[in-house]
Amino acid sequence: MTQKVYDSPAAALDGLLFDGMTIMSGGFGLSGNPESLIPQIRDSGVKNLTVISNNAGADGFGLWMLLQTRQIKKMIASYVGENKLFEQQYLSGELELELNPQGTLAERIRAGGAGIPAFYTRTGVGTVVAEGKPVEEFEGQLYVRETWLRADLAIVKAWKADTAGNLIYRRTARNFNPNMATAGKVTVAEVEEIVPVGSLDPEAIHTPGIYVDRLIKSTINEKKIEKLTERKRETA
Amino acid sequence: MAWTREQVAARAAKELQDGFYVNLGIGIPTLVANYIPDGVDVTLQSENGLLGIGPFPYEGEADPDLINAGKQTITILPSSSFFSSADSFAMIRGGHIDLTILGAMEVAANGDIANWTIPGKMVKGMGGAMDLVAGVKKVIVVMDHANKAGESKVLERCSLPLTGAGVVDLIITDLCVMACDKAKGGGLTLIELAPDVTLDEVKAKTAAPFTVAPELAKAA
Repeated sequence: MTQKVYDSPAAALDGLLFDGMTIMSGGFGLSGNPESLIPQIRDSGVKNLTVISNNAGADGFGLWMLLQTRQIKKMIASYVGENKLFEQQYLSGELELELNPQGTLAERIRAGGAGIPAFYTRTGVGTVVAEGKPVEEFEGQLYVRETWLRADLAIVKAWKADTAGNLIYRRTARNFNPNMATAGKVTVAEVEEIVPVGSLDPEAIHTPGIYVDRLIKSTINEKKIEKLTERKRETA
Repeated sequence: MAWTREQVAARAAKELQDGFYVNLGIGIPTLVANYIPDGVDVTLQSENGLLGIGPFPYEGEADPDLINAGKQTITILPSSSFFSSADSFAMIRGGHIDLTILGAMEVAANGDIANWTIPGKMVKGMGGAMDLVAGVKKVIVVMDHANKAGESKVLERCSLPLTGAGVVDLIITDLCVMACDKAKGGGLTLIELAPDVTLDEVKAKTAAPFTVAPELAKAA
């Protein structure tokens, strides 16, 4: 069996990066971000990237790092608020932006991984999202055609992996990660723990190993909380 | 007296029915969770991949891998389940969610809603809003009746780019509740007034035609 486990982010990305490429990056906000791989992409100096991710990081974190170094040419996302650097670069015309409804973004990625070049959805009918796209009626309802998304590289974050590349995500850090893992020509996963094959319950695998080409143990697990909301414990 | 934000949320909560699966937007809609009527059991969906949102965590127990769509730390319930973004929106788009409550900048008599962008200002993105209004069975808008300039947010037609066309069922503002007959292409009916708010006041502050429910017309 091909060895999937690499010993560092640099080794895991070696030979995969080139200018003008398309990269998918998992995560919802800063939850479930490939925190170790993003800085390595930054350090590689690769540029003119098209990045597909739900968000574009937050001040100082996640994909924000690649904005800061101006390595991103175009962003395909559903929500890019609360990110001053993004706003600046977008308003100055340095950065292209393609906004997708979040569910359409997720389904385009799913379709990309599943070999489905296009699909119809009700989402966005009658809005700017549907402009220039075919709209067709099915059973009395209008639907807009959306196309698949695929990437040269998908980088994802999971909780546990075995050495065969089977992945298990943790809680809401799952989000876009399993969908993106299927849609990269090459998928590199970073995980908090790598265990021997046989240690994970096959019934519990979220991403089967076939989708994962390279695997590393995360070197950065900062997991910054964007909005800490807590309640006081009632005293007895 | 017009309703406060909390009172608008409490009024919206009366629309919840036992057994409903519900997605609440950010802002006033989130407050609705505080007013779920006794005996009504609803399951809250978070579009980042969770069904069954629990309360905020106790101090010191927040988990960065457990957030809602507003990126706030939350907890889970014994009945909760996790899933991917594609699964989450299959649930939404597939019509499996009973109700969504969200805010708006404009709502129109034909059931159109605009709540994601103001051209010329920064575009933040629509997030999951377009999917929710297109896919969820019942769409309730909670908002102030007028904007900060005092102009009606209930319009004959929206002027801002739409989030969804012909999707709104119910509008709850600080002044009143209006039903929208989206199945028949629109048409607003005033069905409830906030305490001490008059029909004349609502007429004066609404830039859309509406009919008045018979019970209310009688009372006026």
